[in-house]
Amino acid sequence: MKFITAAALAVLAASAHAGAPDSLCVSCHDEKNTPFHASVHSAVGCTGCHADIKAFPHPDHVAKVSCGSCHSSEVSALQTSVHLKAAEQPCLACHGDVHAVVPAKNSKSTVYPLNLPRTCGACHGDKKFAQEHGLPEVYSQYMDSIHGFALTKDGLLVAATCSSCHGAHDILAPSDPKSRTFRANIPDTCGTCHGGIEQRYFAGIHGNELRAGNAKAPVCTNCHTAHQISNVRDASFQMKTTATCGDCHQERYGTYRDTFHAQVSALGYVETAHCWDCHNAHDILRASDPKSTVAQANLIQTCGKCHTGANASFVTYGPHADAHNAKAYPALHASAVFMNLLLASLLGVFAVHTVAWFIRSRAEMAHEHRSKS
Amino acid sequence: MSSPNSTDAQNRYYTRFTPAQRLLHAALLTTFLGLAATGLPLRFSSSIWSQRLAHAVGGFSAILFFHKFCAVLLTIAFLAHVGDIVYRCVIKKQWSLLWGPESMVPRFKDIQDFFGQLRWFLFLGPKPQFDRFTYWEKLDYWGVFWGMAIIGISGYAMWFAPAFARLVPGSWLNVALLIHGEEALLAVSWIFVIHFFNEHLRPHNFPMDISIFTGSQTEEELKERHPEEYARLAANGELERIRTQAAPQWLSRSARVFGTAAIVIGVVLIVLTIRAFVAG
Repeated sequence: MKFITAAALAVLAASAHAGAPDSLCVSCHDEKNTPFHASVHSAVGCTGCHADIKAFPHPDHVAKVSCGSCHSSEVSALQTSVHLKAAEQPCLACHGDVHAVVPAKNSKSTVYPLNLPRTCGACHGDKKFAQEHGLPEVYSQYMDSIHGFALTKDGLLVAATCSSCHGAHDILAPSDPKSRTFRANIPDTCGTCHGGIEQRYFAGIHGNELRAGNAKAPVCTNCHTAHQISNVRDASFQMKTTATCGDCHQERYGTYRDTFHAQVSALGYVETAHCWDCHNAHDILRASDPKSTVAQANLIQTCGKCHTGANASFVTYGPHADAHNAKAYPALHASAVFMNLLLASLLGVFAVHTVAWFIRSRAEMAHEHRSKS
Repeated sequence: MSSPNSTDAQNRYYTRFTPAQRLLHAALLTTFLGLAATGLPLRFSSSIWSQRLAHAVGGFSAILFFHKFCAVLLTIAFLAHVGDIVYRCVIKKQWSLLWGPESMVPRFKDIQDFFGQLRWFLFLGPKPQFDRFTYWEKLDYWGVFWGMAIIGISGYAMWFAPAFARLVPGSWLNVALLIHGEEALLAVSWIFVIHFFNEHLRPHNFPMDISIFTGSQTEEELKERHPEEYARLAANGELERIRTQAAPQWLSRSARVFGTAAIVIGVVLIVLTIRAFVAG
């Protein structure tokens, strides 16, 4: 910033001597539509950017202004960005009218945190645009997310906006390994704010697998989504996230669904045990790891979080018990077989009994009716 | 059938159930419907109707509250019944409760009657001469008795899970949930299909037999449904002992309304159950 100010002052000093004074420019280019004097660029003066204008009146064709002559690092960052060719003048597409540009910290700036989503949304909030470019409709998703609410409802300048995750000038496609939103970089990107969570994530099995190069290891966005991030304490988020875990852990999800926790969860009881209540959300460890919340030695404490009075016997309960698995759950399997036989035989015999009785009764009544008449 | 005798038989009433038995049935019926309505959504929690019902009554917590509330009432009724049986046997020495034609305890004649009934179904023999309690009535009774013990014990085990785990391994809680749910399925299927048909919906009783609500039956009904009991009482000269008046109109009318409501609720629940069962 200091460098830019110094450069601006240098240009100003130079223009004061070499270029035409601004008062001369406004005699033709009035300020009706553009409050240039209020712009951060007013300090540079007209000829600070339109440096090829040396005399008054100037020729019909003047040179195209290069923003990079002052903003060199931003413009060079833009060279690799997906936005380089997004518009004829990519700088202006986000920063708006160059003659009215104000510093990013100014609340009127198009890139001020509270305004940035709307600025990006000019393109990324357009359904047609999203379809044409094969992009998700991120604007509405973001606005309804916890980050969007933090920004728009709570007015938090620290809330994550578009540039917090995607960067500003050097936005790369998520498929680019250098991109902040490249799969393997996502924990670091989210970790710039959620540092504590990132630490726990990398302490857990998912983070470890990601580091080891496992392409299936989930990153933040797999569970939280990228743009529709909910408050993790929201019932609706908790209700659907067990299924998210189940996308990968299909067998464990299937056996969870047969148990009491899942049954009451399906009826809207948020307080019941979901995956992360026992396994943790970020620092998930293998059950074989003695530090795991589901390691044998820690079960009493883990179950005891909800079940006051849980003891060594209590934790032999199978939260993933599978009645089809006779080897692992012989008693449960035997009970299931017995109950099925009991139900099938009793109901089977009496279903036949009932139908036969109905037919016989109708026959008897018809007979009585005949003998009466 | 239009002889003066038959008119008399339609106007002479005999007691079939005591007020205590009718009250017990009403208590069972009400709490059972409550338990089924709040338990089935749990058993088929992934069904849309379960989730809507749970949502409508105030979520899972409300459902579980009603379920436990009905369970406690039913437990009280069950214990009162068992207490009454023990009292009448041990103190009053009414051994006829344990054996004989007035007892609910199965005897060889029940097996004979069962096969006799099957022969009658197949036009191979006459209708069996039933005494006071038929074999299907005894099955209803013992089915409910066994069911309440099994469902009750497994239910209380889950309600007080950590305490239960002090007595037996916690892995039994998995078994408890399984048999609680399966036995409950058997119970609702039995009551809402087999019991409803046997006692109420079958052609001779259609739409319902209200004697369990009013306590009385006509002489014609007694002769037709329990011929051996009628013959026995007539031979012993005991018929007059159970002679009674026709139930007042308000009672038989309320019985019809109450009974119809129970049957409709039960049929709706069994249809939903079958739907959820078929859908998996």
